[in-house]
Amino acid sequence: MTNGWNDIKNADVVLVMGGNAAEAHTCGFKWVTEAKSGNGAKLIVVDPRFTRTAAVSDLYAPLRPGSDIAFLGGIIHYLLSNEKIFKDYVLAYTNAAFIVKEGFGFEDGLFSGYNAEKRDYDRSSWDYEYDEAGQAKLDPTLENPRCVFNLLKVHYSRYTAEMVEKTCGTPKDLFLKVCELIATTATGAKTLTSLYALGWTQHSKGSQNIRNIAIIQLLLGNMGVPGGGINALRGHSNVQGITDFGLFSNSVPGYLAMPNSKETTLEEYLKTRAFKPIRPDQMSFLQNYRKFFVSFLKAMYGKNATAENQFGFDWLPKVDVNLDTLRQFELMFQGKMNGFICQGFNPLMSVPNRKKLIAGLSKLKYLVVMDPLHTETAHFFENHGEMNDADPAKIATEVFLLPTNCFAEEEGTFTNSGRVIQWHWKAAEPPGQARTDIQIMADLFLRLKALYAKEGGKFPDPIMNVDWSYRNPAKPTADELLREINGRALADLPDPADATKPPIKKAGELMDIFAQLKDDGTTSCANWIYSGCYTEKGNMTARRDPSDPSGKGIHPNWGYAWPANRRILYNRASADPSGKAWNAKKKVIEWNGSRWAGIDVPDFGPLIDPTQKATGPFIMNPEGVGRLFTRGMMREGPFPEHYEPFESPVANPFHTKVQSNPVARVFKGDLEVFGKSEDFPYVATTYRLVEHFHYWTKHAKMNAVLQPELFVEIGEQLAKDKGIASGDMVEVSSNRGRIKAKAVVTKRIRPLVCDGKPVHIVGIPIHWGFIGATKKGFGANQLTPYVGDANTETPEYKAFLVNIKRIGPAA
Amino acid sequence: MASLQSLDVRNRSASTAVPPSVRKDLEVAKLIDVSKCIGCKACQSACMAWNDLRPDVGVNSGIYDNPENLGPAAWTVMRYTEHEEAGRLEWLIRKDGCMHCTDPGCLKACPSPGAIVQYANGIVDFVQENCIGCGYCVKGCPFNVPRISKADNRAYKCTLCSDRVAVGQSPACAKACPTGAIVFGSKESMVDHAQGRIKDLQSRGYDKAGLYDPQGVGGTHVMYVLHHADRPELYSGLPNNPEISPMVALWKGALKPLSMIGMGMALLAGLFHFVTKGPNEVTEADEENARKLKGRDAA
Amino acid sequence: MTTSTEKVAVVRDTYTRYNPSERANHWLVVVCALLLMLSGLAFFHPVFFWLTALFGGGQAARAIHPWIGVVLAISFTFMGIRFFRQNIWTKEDSEWMSHVGDVINHREDKVPEAGRFNAAQKLVFYVMFWSVVTLFLSGLVLWQHYFGDAFPIGLQRFAGLVHAVMAAAMIITMIIHIYAAIWNAGSVRAMTRGPVTGGWLWKHHRRFLREEVGGRK
Repeated sequence: MTNGWNDIKNADVVLVMGGNAAEAHTCGFKWVTEAKSGNGAKLIVVDPRFTRTAAVSDLYAPLRPGSDIAFLGGIIHYLLSNEKIFKDYVLAYTNAAFIVKEGFGFEDGLFSGYNAEKRDYDRSSWDYEYDEAGQAKLDPTLENPRCVFNLLKVHYSRYTAEMVEKTCGTPKDLFLKVCELIATTATGAKTLTSLYALGWTQHSKGSQNIRNIAIIQLLLGNMGVPGGGINALRGHSNVQGITDFGLFSNSVPGYLAMPNSKETTLEEYLKTRAFKPIRPDQMSFLQNYRKFFVSFLKAMYGKNATAENQFGFDWLPKVDVNLDTLRQFELMFQGKMNGFICQGFNPLMSVPNRKKLIAGLSKLKYLVVMDPLHTETAHFFENHGEMNDADPAKIATEVFLLPTNCFAEEEGTFTNSGRVIQWHWKAAEPPGQARTDIQIMADLFLRLKALYAKEGGKFPDPIMNVDWSYRNPAKPTADELLREINGRALADLPDPADATKPPIKKAGELMDIFAQLKDDGTTSCANWIYSGCYTEKGNMTARRDPSDPSGKGIHPNWGYAWPANRRILYNRASADPSGKAWNAKKKVIEWNGSRWAGIDVPDFGPLIDPTQKATGPFIMNPEGVGRLFTRGMMREGPFPEHYEPFESPVANPFHTKVQSNPVARVFKGDLEVFGKSEDFPYVATTYRLVEHFHYWTKHAKMNAVLQPELFVEIGEQLAKDKGIASGDMVEVSSNRGRIKAKAVVTKRIRPLVCDGKPVHIVGIPIHWGFIGATKKGFGANQLTPYVGDANTETPEYKAFLVNIKRIGPAA
Repeated sequence: MASLQSLDVRNRSASTAVPPSVRKDLEVAKLIDVSKCIGCKACQSACMAWNDLRPDVGVNSGIYDNPENLGPAAWTVMRYTEHEEAGRLEWLIRKDGCMHCTDPGCLKACPSPGAIVQYANGIVDFVQENCIGCGYCVKGCPFNVPRISKADNRAYKCTLCSDRVAVGQSPACAKACPTGAIVFGSKESMVDHAQGRIKDLQSRGYDKAGLYDPQGVGGTHVMYVLHHADRPELYSGLPNNPEISPMVALWKGALKPLSMIGMGMALLAGLFHFVTKGPNEVTEADEENARKLKGRDAA
Repeated sequence: MTTSTEKVAVVRDTYTRYNPSERANHWLVVVCALLLMLSGLAFFHPVFFWLTALFGGGQAARAIHPWIGVVLAISFTFMGIRFFRQNIWTKEDSEWMSHVGDVINHREDKVPEAGRFNAAQKLVFYVMFWSVVTLFLSGLVLWQHYFGDAFPIGLQRFAGLVHAVMAAAMIITMIIHIYAAIWNAGSVRAMTRGPVTGGWLWKHHRRFLREEVGGRK
């Protein structure tokens, strides 16, 4: 979230699209009801299904799964063609005026530079024109046909309301009502907040859905203001924390990149990371990259990291190929993986294509599952008929189940969607032999280290050099880890303003903020964005002061929001270029003549005088402004373009030549199992229900009572066509497998007419498995395709093809 | 369970004595704003958790309602209705449970002294230790709420968390509701709160939005804000103008004294007849006549 | 008195008013009806709730009441079959009923002769018959433990009302019936022991006596 949960109450229009906040983020959804009842806000829900969020909406519009880009593109077209944009904001705070260099183009569904063989782009033409000094060229009059704003207009000119209706199946008048309501926030007087979740990300072009809303919010001037922003609702209590710590093969904590195999030295690595500003007066905060990265290496290797050995850079793994989940299972399936440690993850239920998963897990030598529950993954070798068609006699994988505790049985932190890190205390002792994840990991590390010490090995250094100076090495505490994350001075740090004054930090003292980090090895910090969460004043994440002096839901002394305890990101954009709030009602910070001040921590140099320097508000970007045109940052192109899901009953209405995402990765063998609409005529989408949390709560009787049995949802028309009555047993099949479930026949799902042809939708909730207190049920991943987003490899769970038939009355 | 003191009792089932009238507790009410409800069933979970209830794991029968109905271990359930009007779909979701009537039909019907009590704060509570399991409360209730357990033959329903309310807490469902669709307070303040919500709904085009506080049962201590207050039956059959059934009213009303009078009169009639007319005894003459008859016939 | 009765008894004719099987059947019905009345009254009006103590408490009274009802219904069915023919209403019964004032005022000589059962007894029979039928059927509807969910709520409420009304009617009839037995001396003995004297029949059921005497020819 660029804003925070509490901030939603400041919104005038709430757009829930690509998510089902009421069901999947129920507690946070209270702020939507607050916005409605307290602020008179209107709630718009756009979803293939009339969800429980739609049940309390003011305006609901359906769309075909996988057509979000067309819908959002249509909104952009509406805003641009009706001049419903916040022009001053767009001019000053976006790259609308930036001139794009010759050579960039878009034709027949492809941007310039496409290489069909590699399924990838040469992205060099997707950039600005620069002057001799390396500064980007601008045309503030917006007359240059190559300026971003005009390219944007041209690009979206195809996204008319008629095309939206044709592509998404959304009735034109309903779509225009949505546009009109969204456009009411274009003046700066009102704001729109966007709430989304996996309904936007679990597509083969999910990242571009988010890009679309970014463009909309920039055009409307809704970034950096209360009740605005782009708010990703995270699906687990601490999945934001996981992202912040970069638990992916290609990242290190704090959104820094894991070096790749071509970057053999620290200097080589840093060369492409620390963006230099490309506009005068710009600060480009990531120029500090070296400080953050060196401090991270110091946290990793402690005293062993020195300037002479590049602070241990050589000991970090180098990425040759991104080992995302889909690729891990692909490698497993190919027999190229020996062992798999599965910690707090139930891939057998959540990774697509169950058959392939069982085959892959069966080829492992060993599988270690660390979990508080008996996950299906830990029991993948059991035969549960069609629900899990494994043959234990033929599986030699040795499985270890290490019981861990639940969150309430340990202390630690959660980071919520609004980036607020909150300490939690231990409420109970873990049962039986359960241990904390930290203890198990520490134990594993110490044993590995002992083995390396005893037996040596090819390259023991990455293990032997790790700094493990915890009071009890076998049991590091959450408190110790949080201090390590926050970072500390390793030597006395002189005052940068006046070296004769006493040092700002003595050796050993905890950091106040990442701005104090150094690139010379005198500071350590495991995650720079969390720096400030545990200072000499104590554990900031454990603060529980509910006061909210501004009444805007800031609550500055409740927990700690990264970065720098800032609750609304880009809040400099809430004020005009001269430093005065665009709208007094939506004021966050203003220039008071000597510094930036207000109700939140400024997301800006606090002393940068706007009357003297035209520094842009988006300080993480070298441009200093928000990007309508993303240069080469996205693999599909600098503007989002509608591509059909890899399985779709509709030919891409925008361009016949390119049906689906031209750069999405498809593994060999998975291509063949895409279904055709002749055999699988219906569009399926998968989702969560409020009664359950993933595959956890099916173990709890209370949740099982509330939603006991797997079902699929279909509309009344399809039910009639197929002779299915509510409560009947049906079989849903895709080209990869089949499931059996109860049928819920509902008015809430209806056929969408796309290009004159009705498209029926089959809704498949995900919460059942072959272990638990609920009735046993099939997993939706027995049907889902094995293709992911081109940028994030998030699998396409939200749109694929199935068939459905009745198999009998309720069993 | 009886969670309050006997001094707090306003009304008691099958009791002829006048209840204590010392305490004038503040009347409480739970307000369920249907227009804010997202049907998340947090109220059902909270109810199960607080009251330690675990109904059996059921099945899906083609609807979202689970458990499908109120039960001895399901004191509140969400009821979902898909309603389409003028091309607009509405998913009307109502939390069902005891309404805590001011004139409770269950209490009127209950034959067991003190099995149902009404507190001065308006809560109608079942006292299971006094319950005989006859099921008359089921017949008496205009909202079809009480359920008799097969396991122990006792009646159960929502207590409005009288045990929590007694110590100044709100009911578990209200505490757990994530959207503020369930609020709890004095009846007066809840009516007041409802007015604000109704105004908001009217501004959104729900002209007929209103408060459901049916006067046919003297008003209730669980009230609804409805978008379509003119048609409560849309919400899974919420009764329009509910009242205690005339049959129950007669059965538990006039019939009682009438029958007693009838029986008493019969007894008295017999008594007075006996003391005035005496027994009707067979005389020797009758015997003689009988003998004669026999003799004549014999002859 | 005792002596004279004994003396007279020697010379009196006796007739068997009720045979042992009839008597047993009747008293089974009586026991059931009394127990039902006691427990039923307890559920009917709070002033009688204490009667549940006779059955071991409210729960026990509630549990046993319908079972006693079942026994009553069965035993009454047998009794109904047994006495059905003698209870068929005739012209003479209507005539008899018009003299009910004479009956009450001990003026039997003005009352038409009665058969084995007089019109009032027949009325008792009918009231009992219909009471038992409706009480049994409405009782089934009200039987929470087995049929709690089997009937629509409207029918349940109707059953509650009907059960109470018919029970009251039955109790009033029982009172009349019992009083009539006490008032008409010799009746109790007829039902407890079996025999009545010829005089008793002459007085109360003369037509029956005539038939009996005729039958003995």
